[in-house]
Amino acid sequence: MSFQINKLYYGDYGESKNGAADISTTQQNAAEWPLWEVFIRSKQGLDHKHAGSLHAADAAMAIENARDVYTRRMEGVSLWVVESKYIHASNPDEAGSLYDPANDKAYRHPTFYDLPEEVKYM
Amino acid sequence: MEQNLEKIFQDKIDREVRIEPKDWMPEKYRQTLIRQISQHAHSEIIGMLPEGNWITRAPSLRRKAILLAKVQDEAGHGLYLYSAAETLGISRDQMYDQLHTGKAKYSSIFNYPSLSWADMGVVGWLVDGAAIMNQVPLCRSSFGPYARAMVRVCKEESFHQRQGFEILYVLSKGTEAQRKMAQDAINRWWWPSLMMFGPKDDESPNTIQSMKWKIKRFSNDELRQKFVDVCAEQVKVLGFTLPDNDLKWNEERGHYDFGAINWDEFWQVVQGNGPCNKERLDARKKAWEEGAWVRDAALAYANKKAKQKQAAA
Ligand SMILES: [Fe+2]
Ligand SMILES: [Fe+2]
Ligand SMILES: [Fe+2]
Repeated sequence: MSFQINKLYYGDYGESKNGAADISTTQQNAAEWPLWEVFIRSKQGLDHKHAGSLHAADAAMAIENARDVYTRRMEGVSLWVVESKYIHASNPDEAGSLYDPANDKAYRHPTFYDLPEEVKYM
Repeated sequence: MEQNLEKIFQDKIDREVRIEPKDWMPEKYRQTLIRQISQHAHSEIIGMLPEGNWITRAPSLRRKAILLAKVQDEAGHGLYLYSAAETLGISRDQMYDQLHTGKAKYSSIFNYPSLSWADMGVVGWLVDGAAIMNQVPLCRSSFGPYARAMVRVCKEESFHQRQGFEILYVLSKGTEAQRKMAQDAINRWWWPSLMMFGPKDDESPNTIQSMKWKIKRFSNDELRQKFVDVCAEQVKVLGFTLPDNDLKWNEERGHYDFGAINWDEFWQVVQGNGPCNKERLDARKKAWEEGAWVRDAALAYANKKAKQKQAAA
């Protein structure tokens, strides 16, 4: 699908004279380096957290690029890279039914229980 | 069904719930974002060129190191943004292709030449300054990956502006020739910086839609006014002036009034007729084409290694 959008704001100066840029999302290029997701441990003792993604030919290059792109200011002490195609995600449309069972189980939380005031350290 | 999804979508936006790549979104929202984010990315990448021009000629080792770090940051900003756009389904190469064929645009400001060392000061102060003013509200953009990229960008931008102002501050305490050079640079960059905020509100017909979707939070004119108010004060610290005879404080409005912007010039530059449009695009295309063998070789090497590993297993 491709249509002209007439919208102007920062970073967007409308279409060029040669017509609308094709922003269809189907074209694939075989020569493009694969996409990797980057996870950073910001300091020892913390979990790795998703930081973003980048392109690299292989894992070693992905780690080097991740260092340059995502940790220029000592944001990390450890990096994980995973090729994006190996990430499987839950379906957001099913989020309701997927997490629903957790919703009505208030007794899983400590605040559910009424204990006498005298009880300390619990 | 579509109507219902659209309602749920708008409801999320209204409740300030971020939209993530796999969530349902109106096709026009997706396309608008692809366009805005990719053009923003292109601006960061092309934006390296005017400053890259001065790295080898920076006046001291300190300034050289700072400028290198700043330009490297801009490359990083481009990469954060490209990857945010990719979550919407467009490929990196497609975006590059749009840039290189002139189909996608980038900020018109980078089509002006950087003629003297003082330009590095003014670019940091005014160009990065205007960018920050535009970008801070984007940290709350409704699209999650864009908002997160912008948080990272904004954190890094503040040193860009400060180092620029510092360059000008040092020049302002320097010789007559240095002061002249700085004032000249301010004179050349001031109006193009104001144009960075985009056309006047009454000429941005779809700003309203963009605000409803919370892609954008303030109008172009609101941000431009804020920028003028801030700069009109900051320039006093430097002892220089802004090249606008109509610039004066308006007690009633609580803002500075300022002169008319030459929109004709803006559209000329946007349409490709600025002083450096061709030079910028040529430099970008040359880098891409001359890097082709490196990209191919890296991919061939990775494929060979993967095959060897498979054979060994
Ligand atoms: Fe930037
Ligand atoms: Fe920027
Ligand atoms: Fe910057």
